[in-house]
Amino acid sequence: MAEAAKTEVIKKKAGPAHPSGDKRFKLLEVTMKRHQFRSDALIEVMHAAQELFGFLEVDLMFFIARYLKLPPSRVFGVATFYNLFSLRPKGEHTCVLCTGTACYVKGADALLDAVEKLAGIKAGETTEDGKLSLVTARCLGACGIAPAVVVDGTVKGLETPDSLVQQLKGWLPNG
Amino acid sequence: MPRFEPVLLKRIDKPNSAALAGYRADGGYTALKKALAMAPDDVTNLVKDSGLRGRGGAGFSAGAKWSFLPKNHPGPIYLCVNADESEPGTFNNRILMEQDPHQLLEGIAIACHAIRSNAAYIYLRYEYGRSYRVLDAAIKECYAAGLLGENILGTGFKLDVRLHRGAGAYICGEETGLIESLEGKRAWPRIKPPYPAIEGLFRKPTIVNNVETLCCVTHILTRGVEWFKSMGVPPDPNNKRDQGSYGPKLYCISGHVNKPCCVELPLGVMARELIDVHGGGVWKGRKAKAVVPGGISMGFLSANELDTKLDFEGPGKVGCLGLGTAAVVVIDDQTSMVDVLYNCCRFMSHESCGQCTPCREGTAWMTKILERIRTGRGKLEDIDLLYEVANSMGIIPGTTICGLADGAAWPVKNAVTKFRGEFEEYIRSGRSSITPAQQLMAAH
Ligand SMILES: Cc1cc2nc3c(=O)[nH]c(=O)nc-3n(C[C@H](O)[C@H](O)[C@H](O)COP(=O)(O)O)c2cc1C
Ligand code: SF4
Ligand code: FES
Repeated sequence: MAEAAKTEVIKKKAGPAHPSGDKRFKLLEVTMKRHQFRSDALIEVMHAAQELFGFLEVDLMFFIARYLKLPPSRVFGVATFYNLFSLRPKGEHTCVLCTGTACYVKGADALLDAVEKLAGIKAGETTEDGKLSLVTARCLGACGIAPAVVVDGTVKGLETPDSLVQQLKGWLPNG
Repeated sequence: MPRFEPVLLKRIDKPNSAALAGYRADGGYTALKKALAMAPDDVTNLVKDSGLRGRGGAGFSAGAKWSFLPKNHPGPIYLCVNADESEPGTFNNRILMEQDPHQLLEGIAIACHAIRSNAAYIYLRYEYGRSYRVLDAAIKECYAAGLLGENILGTGFKLDVRLHRGAGAYICGEETGLIESLEGKRAWPRIKPPYPAIEGLFRKPTIVNNVETLCCVTHILTRGVEWFKSMGVPPDPNNKRDQGSYGPKLYCISGHVNKPCCVELPLGVMARELIDVHGGGVWKGRKAKAVVPGGISMGFLSANELDTKLDFEGPGKVGCLGLGTAAVVVIDDQTSMVDVLYNCCRFMSHESCGQCTPCREGTAWMTKILERIRTGRGKLEDIDLLYEVANSMGIIPGTTICGLADGAAWPVKNAVTKFRGEFEEYIRSGRSSITPAQQLMAAH
């Protein structure tokens, strides 16, 4: 009964709490509250959601839409427009390869070929065991150290196919 | 020639260059104090007189833009700082933000005073994690020191600066795309007019300026108009439209050079000097075949156009779109222009926001035509077809909402005219740049 009353209070403030009882929804709600449930905070909120959940599940986007009082189409539209929002789970590790022009002329394609071959996946995919996601990106603003890659959030430059394969090998069964 | 004394990059090698204490010890925030003692319109006029032109790509006079705001507007008026730096080859804004954030914040505060704004948004690309952390810390320092917030420096001036991150889309750099994105929407550029100065963020008057532009403002206040105009290139008396290219500029040099770097020089340095002197020459003892003068949207200089002055007028004289971001990417004589152009088109096609048919379809078809050429199945007519598609898209022919389309068209137009022989030879040879496995993929 007390539980129900609590839910009622939240409902009045914004929308209903998430029925799963997953604590992460509560954390997301706090973020939205900090932004006063303003619709222009949508991108920040989606970043927070992706940090909490790893990717943007359909259910999660409905939750956000409800709280920010936006049509779900607006949330889906934003999620699919921006390159950094992911609708699918990511691997445990990520390798981002810059394909910007400065990196391209310094051999980014050779890096991509090498990693694709090593991991047996194409850019944009994740290995079946969920260990590694391979992503391509536009210019990272690290052209001075081209070809640039980002391995688990750390920018590294002047890579060769060999040096990159060395770093990723440990995460792959056939490595 | 005496060595140029850096202005914007002067402090970057200092230990802890990002800290407020050091910035103030070097005379920081005195420019703001000076500005706050002046009437807003006087600050605007000073910046106008300095001839400062936007460093974000279009080269529009900063002071003139500020003076377009409606007079006696009840507010709010917003300043949006364009820190979305996404033009391939460009990384000068990142260095400015990571190494000397207070130089930027001071410029922001001065600009806000000039345009009577109490709220500035820094639109930062999400990928710049370090810039985010440094700026966030610097903003907090400012609030604590009374340099942001209420009653700044005891003058009654009030300013809030908010840091907003994007989510990975090139088009967020276009000023109205940026505004849409700040409002939490897809970054679809708006039809102009109305220009942002009349109706921008939250439908209020808004000024959008690049990071480097605002950093220059700080120094104009401290050292004056004459000093600023002592650097760069005065207007060509035979060209009424030329407003001159004054002040220091950060040039990024990347690609096939021995020493890729970001160097600060007076506007108007020759492309050849950038490559040979500052970039340490073309790598592996090779020669340059083509040079991107200011980010790939600007097109290409050919090897015999390297004595082009990289000021606001120079690149245009040899058929490029403009100075852009002054990001110089060097392409050596062993690299295929077909491949480089394909890389540019693939990028533009991916980043087109899709609102305008000529841009959405044009970029996609140009990429497909180049894919076909690269699988060895191109026809000689494809070269003219590429030119025709490129020539029909953009603000210049008047078929699109924003300049992304012009930036997509220019590398194509330049490549197929300046390097036509190479395209013909490539197609005639029937050779292919891609491996058989990739070819199989492309065929599907
Ligand atoms: C497709 C496109 C992308 C752009 N990207 C950027 C960018 O990343 N950074 C930037 O400062 N300006 C960019 N611009 C230019 C802005 O629209 C705008 O002119 C600039 O921010 C104005 O600031 P400024 O006058 O200080 O240069 C871009 C323009 C277009 C058409
Ligand atoms: S020109 Fe291209 S990027 Fe610009 S608004 Fe039109 S479709 Fe979008
Ligand atoms: S092109 Fe790769 S970091 Fe700029």
